[in-house]
Amino acid sequence: MRGLSFDVAHLLAGGLVLVSFMQLYQDRLSALLNMFALHALVLTLSVAWQAYIQDAPHLYVTALIALVFKAIVIPIALHRIIVRLGIHREIDKVVGVGATMLLGMGLVALSMVVMLRVTADADPLAREDLAFALAVVLLGLLMMVTRRNAVSQVVGFMSIENGLVLAATGAKGMPLVVEISIAFSVLIAFIVIGIFLFRIRERFDTVDVQALDRFRGERS
Amino acid sequence: MAVIFDFAVQGAQMLMVLLLAPLLTGLVRKVKARLLRRRGPPLIQPYRDLARLLRKEVVLADNASWLFRVIPYVVFAATWVAAALVPTFQSGLLFSWSADLIAIIALLGSARFFLALAGLDVGTSFGGIGSSREMMIASLAEPAMLMTVFTLALIAGSTQLSTVAAFMTSNEVGLRVSLGLALFALTMVAIAENARIPVDNPATHLELTMVHEAMVLEYSGRHLALIDLSSELKLLLYVSLIGCVFLPWGMAPSGASVQALAIGFAAYLVKLAIGAFLLAVFETAIAKMRVFRVPEFLGAALMLGLLATLFLFVSRSL
Repeated sequence: MRGLSFDVAHLLAGGLVLVSFMQLYQDRLSALLNMFALHALVLTLSVAWQAYIQDAPHLYVTALIALVFKAIVIPIALHRIIVRLGIHREIDKVVGVGATMLLGMGLVALSMVVMLRVTADADPLAREDLAFALAVVLLGLLMMVTRRNAVSQVVGFMSIENGLVLAATGAKGMPLVVEISIAFSVLIAFIVIGIFLFRIRERFDTVDVQALDRFRGERS
Repeated sequence: MAVIFDFAVQGAQMLMVLLLAPLLTGLVRKVKARLLRRRGPPLIQPYRDLARLLRKEVVLADNASWLFRVIPYVVFAATWVAAALVPTFQSGLLFSWSADLIAIIALLGSARFFLALAGLDVGTSFGGIGSSREMMIASLAEPAMLMTVFTLALIAGSTQLSTVAAFMTSNEVGLRVSLGLALFALTMVAIAENARIPVDNPATHLELTMVHEAMVLEYSGRHLALIDLSSELKLLLYVSLIGCVFLPWGMAPSGASVQALAIGFAAYLVKLAIGAFLLAVFETAIAKMRVFRVPEFLGAALMLGLLATLFLFVSRSL
């Protein structure tokens, strides 16, 4: 039993890292949003599996929150935003895909080396989940750094949050109150960012954040 | 007596890959044509093409060197040996101690090196373009292939194909994300190496899009027949490699009875048919990508291989 439960947890957490890479690979905005929905779906499965093997019913609530908000509500809302902004066909890239992938591999290796060393005496499941969660967080940060479009940066931000949830569930779950408040703060952050996007658009006629740098008088 | 039987089985395998390779190509073409609602050439058309080419006279360019005449034989020999080493219907054949994944990659790599030389030899611009593109693809595909091999070797504890196949049929494998990633990476590499659509189009002679066909443009007659046969053998090799490593069921163990051999052979034919069908569906569904997108495609394969190795490292070190 330990073998199978560990293998499935490994499969799902590894799948989450893989979907993070697929997000990095996608340069079209609507495909990127589909990848983000997939990311949340894999996270849901992973959390639900953890709830099953840890026998922790409150984790099912976490999985449900991830499914409803992050896999359904937010991707649909972002789809609507990019269609209304008229940027759903736009291609967005700063660094080439190859270089980004290599950087990403480096980050994954780094997080594994760090986490496996630090958590030497923890439960194997938690160790593995923590290593993968750190990788997902770093990949989300990389995504925010390498993209210029504000919508892709939002997706990067949301996938960082997915990584945090994975870490929390691996470490025997976090209190439900904290979980719900984080989910709502992410939702509010999402609403604020949505309004912010329209404001940027109104003022600068683009959602390319380099326009902001130019406006501040920085060298772009 | 046993030794003679082993020799016979090994010889049968060598002949079988040679005889089945054109059929596989014919099957892929036929399925593709049917998917496009064309009737398509008959299944035995590749054999007829080969027979016709063998009868035709060889036309050589004036400035072709001896290398140009020797290379078809070298390429064919290397590819045939590599294809005959991959276990098809039975694992643990007489020569399977030499069926090492790294040896097979080296054989294919040297075949490709000589083919690229042949493209450069006559000095036409098409040959040069083809060779340079082929080398660009190869320099990206080979690391990806090696990462896949490392993953398999870490899981099975050997790079020997028979051992890997035997390990994959046992219950020790379990559910591993690394294996799935390795399968994807190997499939992407196989598509690139066999010059199939998204990377290259095997059916075209439009100069802007071709890679493999541009390299062999100067060949004719029996030389062209040998080169065509080698590329068909290479396709068969990759399909049997994927079948042998990821779907090893039905393969007869070493020293099996004639009945088990027959079952293994039937299973192998089914695997080939499935592989050809999937390849045709994939090629019909997808458009060819620009040459400059190929590094991204193969970079993704390399990334998958690397990720598979890293995941394996994590689950091992726990």
